[in-house]
Amino acid sequence: MEKWSLMALTVLLALTVRWAVSLGSYSGAGKPPMYGDYEAQRHWQEITYNLPIRQWYFNTSDNNLQYWGLDYPPLTAYHSFVCAYIAKLINPDWVALHTSRGYESQPHKLFMRTTVFVADLLVYIPAVILYCFSLKETSAKKKVSSALCILLYPGLILIDHGHFQYNSVSLGLALWAVLCLSHDWDLLGSVAFCLALNYKQMELYHSLPFFCYLLGKCFKKGLKGKGLVLLAKLAGTVLVSFAACWLPFGTDVEQIMQVLRRLFPIDRGLFEDKVANIWCSLSVLIKIKNVISPRTQLKLSFAVTFLSLLPACIKLTVQPSLRGFKFALVSCALSFFLFSFQVHEKSILLVSVPVCLIINEIPFMATWFLLVSTFSLLPLLLKDELLLPYAATTPAFLAACLASFSILEKTSAEDLQLKAFSLSLKGYVSWFKSFPRIVRGLFLLSLALMGVLSVLSAAVPPPQHLPDLFPLAVAVVSCLHFLLFLVYFNVVILWDSKNRGQKKIS
Amino acid sequence: MRGAVPCRRGAGGARAMAAGGRGWFRALALGVSFLKCLLIPAYYSTDFEVHRNWLAITHNLPLSQWYYEATSEWTLDYPPFFAWFEYVLSHIAKYFDPQMLVVENLNYASRATIFFQRLSVIFTDTLFIYAVHECCRCINGKRAAKDILEKPTFILAVLLLWNFGLLIVDHIHFQYNGFLFGLMLLSVARVCQKRYLEGALLFAVLLHFKHIYIYVAPAYGVYLLRSYCFTANNADGSLKWRSFSFLHVTLLGLIVCLVSALSLGPFLVLGQLPQVISRLFPFKRGLCHAYWAPNFWALYNAMDKALTILGLKCNFLEGTKIPKASMTGGLVQEFQHTVLPSVTPLATLICTFIAILPSVFCLWFKPQGPRGFLQCLVLCALSSFMFGWHVHEKAILLAILPLSLLSIQRAKDAGIYLILATTGHFSLFPLLFTTPELPIKILLMLLFTVYSFSSLKSLFRREKPLLNWLETIYLIQLVPLEIFCEIIFPLTPWKRHFPFVPLLLTSVYCALGITYAWLKLYVSVLTERIPVRQKAE
Repeated sequence: MEKWSLMALTVLLALTVRWAVSLGSYSGAGKPPMYGDYEAQRHWQEITYNLPIRQWYFNTSDNNLQYWGLDYPPLTAYHSFVCAYIAKLINPDWVALHTSRGYESQPHKLFMRTTVFVADLLVYIPAVILYCFSLKETSAKKKVSSALCILLYPGLILIDHGHFQYNSVSLGLALWAVLCLSHDWDLLGSVAFCLALNYKQMELYHSLPFFCYLLGKCFKKGLKGKGLVLLAKLAGTVLVSFAACWLPFGTDVEQIMQVLRRLFPIDRGLFEDKVANIWCSLSVLIKIKNVISPRTQLKLSFAVTFLSLLPACIKLTVQPSLRGFKFALVSCALSFFLFSFQVHEKSILLVSVPVCLIINEIPFMATWFLLVSTFSLLPLLLKDELLLPYAATTPAFLAACLASFSILEKTSAEDLQLKAFSLSLKGYVSWFKSFPRIVRGLFLLSLALMGVLSVLSAAVPPPQHLPDLFPLAVAVVSCLHFLLFLVYFNVVILWDSKNRGQKKIS
Repeated sequence: MRGAVPCRRGAGGARAMAAGGRGWFRALALGVSFLKCLLIPAYYSTDFEVHRNWLAITHNLPLSQWYYEATSEWTLDYPPFFAWFEYVLSHIAKYFDPQMLVVENLNYASRATIFFQRLSVIFTDTLFIYAVHECCRCINGKRAAKDILEKPTFILAVLLLWNFGLLIVDHIHFQYNGFLFGLMLLSVARVCQKRYLEGALLFAVLLHFKHIYIYVAPAYGVYLLRSYCFTANNADGSLKWRSFSFLHVTLLGLIVCLVSALSLGPFLVLGQLPQVISRLFPFKRGLCHAYWAPNFWALYNAMDKALTILGLKCNFLEGTKIPKASMTGGLVQEFQHTVLPSVTPLATLICTFIAILPSVFCLWFKPQGPRGFLQCLVLCALSSFMFGWHVHEKAILLAILPLSLLSIQRAKDAGIYLILATTGHFSLFPLLFTTPELPIKILLMLLFTVYSFSSLKSLFRREKPLLNWLETIYLIQLVPLEIFCEIIFPLTPWKRHFPFVPLLLTSVYCALGITYAWLKLYVSVLTERIPVRQKAE
């Protein structure tokens, strides 16, 4: 069969799965008074449509910031505005000021689901398809199967089309940026990334690799000649795109400061709910939130994050390469997720999407990571009654990965890109021969553990004195996984030397 | 799941191929099962309540009242084996939600009920998956393609497992066709593997699960008689009368009688057989279903309507004398044709019989082994669909699924399959009329259609194009038709006065395609010559 029809089938399948998931429940369905993210998005439509732009981020009598106040950057607000405009055409009740609060109905759900579906179809899916087509040194089949696995990644589908958010827009824009960078269109790439950043501030997780990669590229070209020109151009592009996004708010400083305060609410605490990062997991042992003052928490998390980022970023700046860039995206986002301040469980998607980008290079580890990341969202999905889509899409994704990459046979050190590392260890470790089997065993063990925990949290009521037992267990188990993955990705990045290419030639 | 490409290197290639073979089938089956699970919250039709009611009836009432109980309007109208099947299910259902087993709880649909009923369809589909596996085994893969995606067995597995019609009829609309078709395909596979007795047993059981399969019974009867009861042919392929085997006939008869006795026997003893039969064959229901199945009668009705309008315009007819019943209004009712003669059940029976006859003769006089059997089976199903009394649009699956088996063997059949499957599946669209399911049905339809076209095209790429220009244009025009029916028409003022127009257009347009496919298949079967080589068998 032709490449194009295979790709069309992949996209159709991905769209079918997305719409089928969207038939299910959403965050906060029928749960007054606060509802959930669905209501938040609807409320933003109401606010942006009815209030003048200068009041969007301010607490006024018409805009109670305590009730899902707008806390995303301007592009999200503009997107809400456009959606609200269409909503108004269909049914004005959906976005009526004040009276529409908590509005829920079947047609409205259909409308909201369609907006996510369209955003996904326009931004994320084309980026994935083009990215897979632009992969080098891969057969047509491999490209299609990569696209299939990336598009079937359950985490993003469940959060966007089940829980209800528009992550595919910001992540899709970031993908477009990666795509542009891989074609050496640096300016276009930085525009796309600025858009992503102005859609969701969480894209900051990805900003350092972008910065370091482009900076490294400028260094490579020589800071006195072409490099300086490129640097100036890039700086100019970034400034212009930011200015364009913030234009309506640029009238006075107070506006900008207020938006920034909304975007970075440092008074919200170190972490929320049960998130699979280091702080939440540590709080099982020590109640960090009580021991250390909030200021110190902020500083501490900042310091640890910075330290964990440092090696990958330095390496990327010194040796900028596309491959290194993708791996750095993963490891930096993971560092942010694990160590930074005020992390949501959904932020794991910011790590997962870069992992999707390297699924054809390290299929085994990527699949493993993507499964763990979906698992880490389980408590949230259970709250939203999305157990069924979770239980259907996750094994389906595993089956797709098994069928398209036969991942279980790719566990040797070479397949895991650990050849250089293992060579430098030779002589010290004697168990290297059975390495593939050990890795495979660990993988199966981890799968079993995740399966058991999923079943337990879905079916067994927790003991009364430990109501949070299962969410916490999920968080801790995922966190341990993520820590190991962080180490793994850093090892791959740091031991990735140029002699890889040279060896191939010789 | 499409990208199942196991690339194994080195020694043991054959074993690796076999392992890979299992792998892709498993991935396909698992994939579609997970998709079915995702469809659990989707819309379901009144058939959901029908089956819930049957669960309640069989669970609570003694056997003697199964076919008399009429609290709900959805009385038990499937043969006894299906009732027993519901009885078995009901004993699992009680662990999910005992309330669903109360006969008076009409339209009861708690979350657990939905979950249980949907899951019961998904799990019983295992039989279908197994049957597909067996069918793939008995199709001889002469063309050893290197690429797994171009293997005939792979294509067949996708065409059957991911069949659009089955997916939406069973897993959205709600019915249990999956395991019933599983029984049918399994019996077909057994007959093709020359395990005739097993095939006959399975088919007899199937008939007592759902009697609609009686449509294809002539093909079974004649083929078993020809190939099993007569054990040899003459050199020129004609029948050797002397080879008649009494043993084989007795065995076949025994199987059929035993199965029937098991199913109908208790009711015969209770003296309820007439009641059971009257429930099974409700001839009071009218020529066509609320939505006309795209068959000959749809064309006939449309012609009648057109002639009526024409007659009124030209004053041949008087407006006051015309009955006001519009058939597509949504109710099952008897309908008087105004210009053309009205059709009686007997007339449809005769038409069906005449339509089936040539294919059966063909099977008798031009035996072609399993392929001839399959052709006759498809023709029987299609002919009954074309002329039957009160045919449901879902019955088209009875022709599409067995034709999948033929489509991967010859380019000619592949072309017919593409026309029949596309129009037949399209004609199922009105089953799902709720807005949330609109994208699902379009996406699934596209998924299946794109796959069937591209895979069959690549399978037969060395031969001439599968479809000629006229057929291509016909199929492409389904797209504007769908856009008109689902999007443009609801926005026009006609929607209020002529709500039936989309249904009428769909069924008439699809009827053309299905009639064409039926004629084309008939012509190709009747004009086919027996290859000399086969005479030896």
